[in-house]
Amino acid sequence: MTTAAPAPAPAVTEPRARFTDLLAAEWTKLWSLRSTRWGLGLGALITIGLNAMAAKADYDLIPQMTAQQVAESFWLRDAFSQNSYFIAMIGAGSFGALTITGEYTTGLIRTTFAAVPARRSVVTAKLLVVSAVMLAIGAVVAAASFFGSQAILSGRGGGWSFSHPGVPQAMAASALIIPVSAVVGMGLGALIRHSATATVAVIVTLLMLPELFSGHTYTWVIDINHALPRSAWTGLVDAIPGMWHGRYAEPVGEAWIVLAAWSLVSALTAVFAVDRRDL
Amino acid sequence: MIPVIEVKNLTKRYGSTAAVNGLTFTVRPGHVTGFLGPNGAGKSTTLRMILGLNDPTSGTVTVDGRGFRDRPRGLRHVGALLDAGDVHGGRSARAHLSALARSNGIPRDRVDEVLQEVGLTGAAGRRIGGYSLGMKQRLGIATALLGDPPVLLFDEPLNGLDPEGVLWVRGLFRRLAAEGRTVFVSSHLMSEMENTADQLVVIGRGELIAAESLAEFAARGTGLSVAVRSPELTALAAVLTAGGATVHPDGGETLTVSGLSAASIGELAFRNRIVLHELSPRAASLEQAFMELTADSVEYLAGEAR
Repeated sequence: MTTAAPAPAPAVTEPRARFTDLLAAEWTKLWSLRSTRWGLGLGALITIGLNAMAAKADYDLIPQMTAQQVAESFWLRDAFSQNSYFIAMIGAGSFGALTITGEYTTGLIRTTFAAVPARRSVVTAKLLVVSAVMLAIGAVVAAASFFGSQAILSGRGGGWSFSHPGVPQAMAASALIIPVSAVVGMGLGALIRHSATATVAVIVTLLMLPELFSGHTYTWVIDINHALPRSAWTGLVDAIPGMWHGRYAEPVGEAWIVLAAWSLVSALTAVFAVDRRDL
Repeated sequence: MIPVIEVKNLTKRYGSTAAVNGLTFTVRPGHVTGFLGPNGAGKSTTLRMILGLNDPTSGTVTVDGRGFRDRPRGLRHVGALLDAGDVHGGRSARAHLSALARSNGIPRDRVDEVLQEVGLTGAAGRRIGGYSLGMKQRLGIATALLGDPPVLLFDEPLNGLDPEGVLWVRGLFRRLAAEGRTVFVSSHLMSEMENTADQLVVIGRGELIAAESLAEFAARGTGLSVAVRSPELTALAAVLTAGGATVHPDGGETLTVSGLSAASIGELAFRNRIVLHELSPRAASLEQAFMELTADSVEYLAGEAR
């Protein structure tokens, strides 16, 4: 039991709240999970490996191609192959979702917000750290996929150099689609708050919706298709000057706006969904 | 003394159910205040509202005059252990605490200090997922202490602790209160509070039942009684009954006597030349007072045993 006259309560001396401290905390949280290193490393290797294998398959086909066919080939299909990048988008999106749902399902979110009641700042810091890490990985994967695949193809006169028109744009889009997918995942994770359901939502949004709106009969179906991140990425990779990708190909300007809009809306969704709800 | 935690007309509704209903109480510094109530009484909901994790439907709650969500950083103001499971099992205790410390601008050394204080230094590098419940409770207490805060909240902190751990926690709470801090500890077991708290806030079904000192609360229980042991039990019982007492045999050589003080019982026995082997007054059990007061508000009552 305490005495009748307890000591005066210790005075609170507090340094100014700095946003950089929140960034550092989120950085520590990200890398202190073994699954982060494994998951991101494995995901990057799988994507790069799939593209190298696609390049090897075309490399084997080059002897059967005419000189004109070689000259007119769309060599980025081996650098940024659809199957590898669809897997990478789902991987990045699920990873982004898990950085949010992981806090909810474990209950860590309560510890986090009891320590930092400024919830919007915490989520903003998490968004910045996750997207910066994913951008770095996206850039490494895009560069390795491009230079690896084109090096293989160049062995038999195929492939393009980095200075080929449209290549820098395709590489930039391929690097960026990784953080964009992650941020979309974080938005869905903040809305749904359950890991499995959020992962399904990521797959539906990033992979299945473009299939659902793949018709060309109605303009509005094409419009919706073009407004999806996967289609925007495809549009940017396909936009090599002088190459024809069909009359329904997505215009470059529109594609960049779509990627920017999805990032912004998803980030705001994450910040405000987490801020408003009970824990 | 200025109240540190001030709860006013606090109400939290989930649909048509009120988890907390018009709750008003204050918690003052320099004391360990027990927060008691049966399961489902609204203790955890109230603690979450104090920490700004849940928004009240109506009413207010302030810590040191401010709503907790108005503070940019919390650890230096309020340290809390809500649920020892509120951690990510994949991280080590050191990484978990380091991230929290960093978010609040707390120096790194403090992490090792609190790990040392709760006895987790040896396990600090291991994944929390492999910890026992008792170790997680210790980690939760380390988290609460991290910011050296003047206000500490603990939700059922003794769960899963071994007897040594329970003793340690009680000592820790008393020490924190003696340092002038506000210590608010919830429990559904009166016996846990009996040796820890000196102030009580008791709730049932989301409403306040009592907010007073432990002694005042104990006095609400059914009166005082005295345990008497004697080899001449039958004779003694007759004498005491004649003297106006109610006598209740406990089996063996002991009687529980109510309605007479220990002094009167001793005098009666002496005058009647009856040998006594033991004469000990018993304070009304807190558990009993708690059960009586909350009997009407128990949310999940087991069918038979009341």
